[in-house]
Amino acid sequence: MAESTTTRDFKVIGTRPIRPDGVDKVTGRAKFGADYAFPGMLHGKVLRSPHAHAIIKSIKIDKALKLPGVKAIVTSKDLPAAENKLEQSGEMTVNPMHLSMNILAHDKVLYDGHAIAAVAATSPHIAEEALRLIEVEYEVLPPVMTVDAATKPGAPILLKDLRNNEEGDKPTNVAQHYQFKRGDIAAGFKAADYVIEREFNTAMVHQGYIEPHNAVGIYNSDGQATIYCSTQGAFDVRSLSAQVLGMPVGKIKVVPAEIGGGFGGKTTIYLEPLSVLLSKKTGAPVKLVMSRSEVLRASGPTPGSKIKVKMGATKDGKLVAAEIWMAYQAGAFPGSPVAAGALCIIAPYTIENFLIDAYDVVVNRPKTAAYRAPGTTQAAFASETVIDELAEKCGIDPIDFRIKNGVKEGAPQVLGPPFKRIGFIQTCEAIKNSEHYKSKLTGKFRGRGVASGFWFNAGMQSSATVNIHTDGTASVVTGSPDIGGSRASMAMITAEVLGLPVTDVRPITADTDSIGHTDVTAGSRVTFATGMAVYEAAKDAERQLIERAAKVWEKKPDEVEFRGGMLHAKGNGVPPMSIKQLAPRFARTGGPITGRASVNARGVGPGFATTVVDVEVDPDTGKVQLLRCTVAQDAGKAIHPSYVEGQMQGGTAQGIGWALNEEYFYDDNGTLRNSGFLDYRIPTCLDLPMIETIIVEEANPGHPLGVRGVGEVSIVPPVAAVANAIYRAVGVRMTQTPMSPPKLLKAILKHRGATQHSAAAD
Amino acid sequence: MPTVVIPALLRKFTGGVERVEVPGKSIRELVQRLGERFPGIDRQLLQDGDIRPSIAVSIDGEIATGGVLDTVGENSEVHFIPALGGGEV
Repeated sequence: MAESTTTRDFKVIGTRPIRPDGVDKVTGRAKFGADYAFPGMLHGKVLRSPHAHAIIKSIKIDKALKLPGVKAIVTSKDLPAAENKLEQSGEMTVNPMHLSMNILAHDKVLYDGHAIAAVAATSPHIAEEALRLIEVEYEVLPPVMTVDAATKPGAPILLKDLRNNEEGDKPTNVAQHYQFKRGDIAAGFKAADYVIEREFNTAMVHQGYIEPHNAVGIYNSDGQATIYCSTQGAFDVRSLSAQVLGMPVGKIKVVPAEIGGGFGGKTTIYLEPLSVLLSKKTGAPVKLVMSRSEVLRASGPTPGSKIKVKMGATKDGKLVAAEIWMAYQAGAFPGSPVAAGALCIIAPYTIENFLIDAYDVVVNRPKTAAYRAPGTTQAAFASETVIDELAEKCGIDPIDFRIKNGVKEGAPQVLGPPFKRIGFIQTCEAIKNSEHYKSKLTGKFRGRGVASGFWFNAGMQSSATVNIHTDGTASVVTGSPDIGGSRASMAMITAEVLGLPVTDVRPITADTDSIGHTDVTAGSRVTFATGMAVYEAAKDAERQLIERAAKVWEKKPDEVEFRGGMLHAKGNGVPPMSIKQLAPRFARTGGPITGRASVNARGVGPGFATTVVDVEVDPDTGKVQLLRCTVAQDAGKAIHPSYVEGQMQGGTAQGIGWALNEEYFYDDNGTLRNSGFLDYRIPTCLDLPMIETIIVEEANPGHPLGVRGVGEVSIVPPVAAVANAIYRAVGVRMTQTPMSPPKLLKAILKHRGATQHSAAAD
Repeated sequence: MPTVVIPALLRKFTGGVERVEVPGKSIRELVQRLGERFPGIDRQLLQDGDIRPSIAVSIDGEIATGGVLDTVGENSEVHFIPALGGGEV
């Protein structure tokens, strides 16, 4: 771990206790969404479009309904009309009409796998059989699969109502244009000694969570509904489902199950409203679980992108200008994270002159969802490759180039306001000083690459309750599903404040009726924002403990102090009292102690990471072998260092998969051809070396414990780092993902041909 | 007086001016005054009387959470920026 700048003397925070949910998970007792079962439960299946783009002329369900065992079928006709406007929903914005159209296609199908109808039957097999009996008549339209195809003159229009601010009342596939600029771009490039200009294309990729989407819906005759599901945000499932179903939020309870991975992909809804709708029609609980194929075809991957980057630097290595054009595939409905990508693409560097244009473009692919630092890995692939090239032109070590241009406290962000305390330079220095970077890489076709990344992190709303039990132990209740070890962090923060052993604190993830509103587990926000709520709730409990001790000692509260987990009376020889000693007297002093807090957290501290990778390329096949990988990340204060390291390793592993193998592969008809993990290849332990981690702790001044978010930024640098390493191994600058064997081999052969041609000419 | 930094694509309302000094003690007042001075710009920022869900407000370098209710200081710098995060559901 790099030297900490968090100087407080913590007793629990910074240690590595065993995770509270560990036993249940390793013994199989933990309940995931698909584990829920209820008496009389029916099973649902979803009919999905085989076409990427088609008008639905008719849907006939009569034959399917007659199949014995089939209890109900729903189509978009069963959904209420939804408004075409933007509303806030946690980290995201939501257009209720588009959300409804994604849950069940209205008049058009917009991607291969688009849901059309859902069946409830007495068994999953009967439900599947019924799907085959539903007759859908389509008028097939040409699919629009890429940004180029969607924006060329005369391109088929996906959404007849889609307009943007710049084209007036003209139907369009361009949902939004963002622009950010500073300084004088022409003057900036004029001052540059070296200018590099390249175009990059990245493939659409999926988060690759192991657990498919699932939901059990129970609609009671009193109008109350309960949804059990795997989600990153139970409150978001509740509000989004309420939107789609036209139900009041208060009539829906969502019980978050354990979650088998999300990475941003479980911040929205697919099956949840269908389970309620089918339950309402049948009067029975209805369970739906996606297959892997359905997950890949019809949940929310991250956009493919086309990015053009032009950057200039002076001979001494100062970045002076950047001009960037970027367009992301939003999928079938607007709302890719292209704005976030645009604001992150040069965020680690101080560049006085820049112009960034970013476009959100709808295409006939599944509606994209968040994926770890949404929109930023694609962007960093482009910018960090060009920066690597400029460093080479200037003859400067790539880490030193980044340090020379890197942002520090007070430097302006892309939007203008200055950064507060940040740790970007420290991540670069941590890599520069690492044993890995200092080691010599030898051998043919081997190369080392580095890259850096930025992510904003998020605050938003969280609630927490800390209950002190009659034996002096505690429970901490939050509404944040635990997707990265947050139960442990919440227990540790509570234990730290109250001076308890962490084993005396039981962390609970509550349903939507049992805790105050808590936004989605996303934006690396839980340890920061929910942690802030937990800290405040524990402090609230501490204040009450002081009042109770004062009562017992017949003193005023300001004559009592709480320190080191003990209550002390000021100024006389009264022996201190532990919480355990005080707890049995709660009833006589006012009743149970419950600390509470709700926050809309401000003071977010952004995250930076820098990654170095060593690769070996087989020049005959284009296969890339990762030899070594080290990532340094600024965590602020690492509450549980093991889980911080786990996040760093997880993000890096996903980034490497994105770099080398993963892609949505569509045929000319817009049909996904690799909708399974055999063909959609995520990395396994056999593909990766041990990912070494260096936690930088540059305390976030906006958090009482110095916490930043840690869940996302480590995915940002790896794609560029791998590309830069490949260049050093075989001399080829890759400008597309995945850098898979066929694509890399093609580039190597082209490069070899060009080199030989050049040699022959000489 | 607080300074409002106009987003690049809204500078067509301000004749290309990037930074505007606007009197006011809250975001509501700043947007109202901006609208009076640059007709139409307020409609780009507001929906149903509050800041559009697609827009976030940064006050003195920090993302604010109160929409039009947030207060600003005498020397505050205010930016209207795209709401960040995972995009649109």
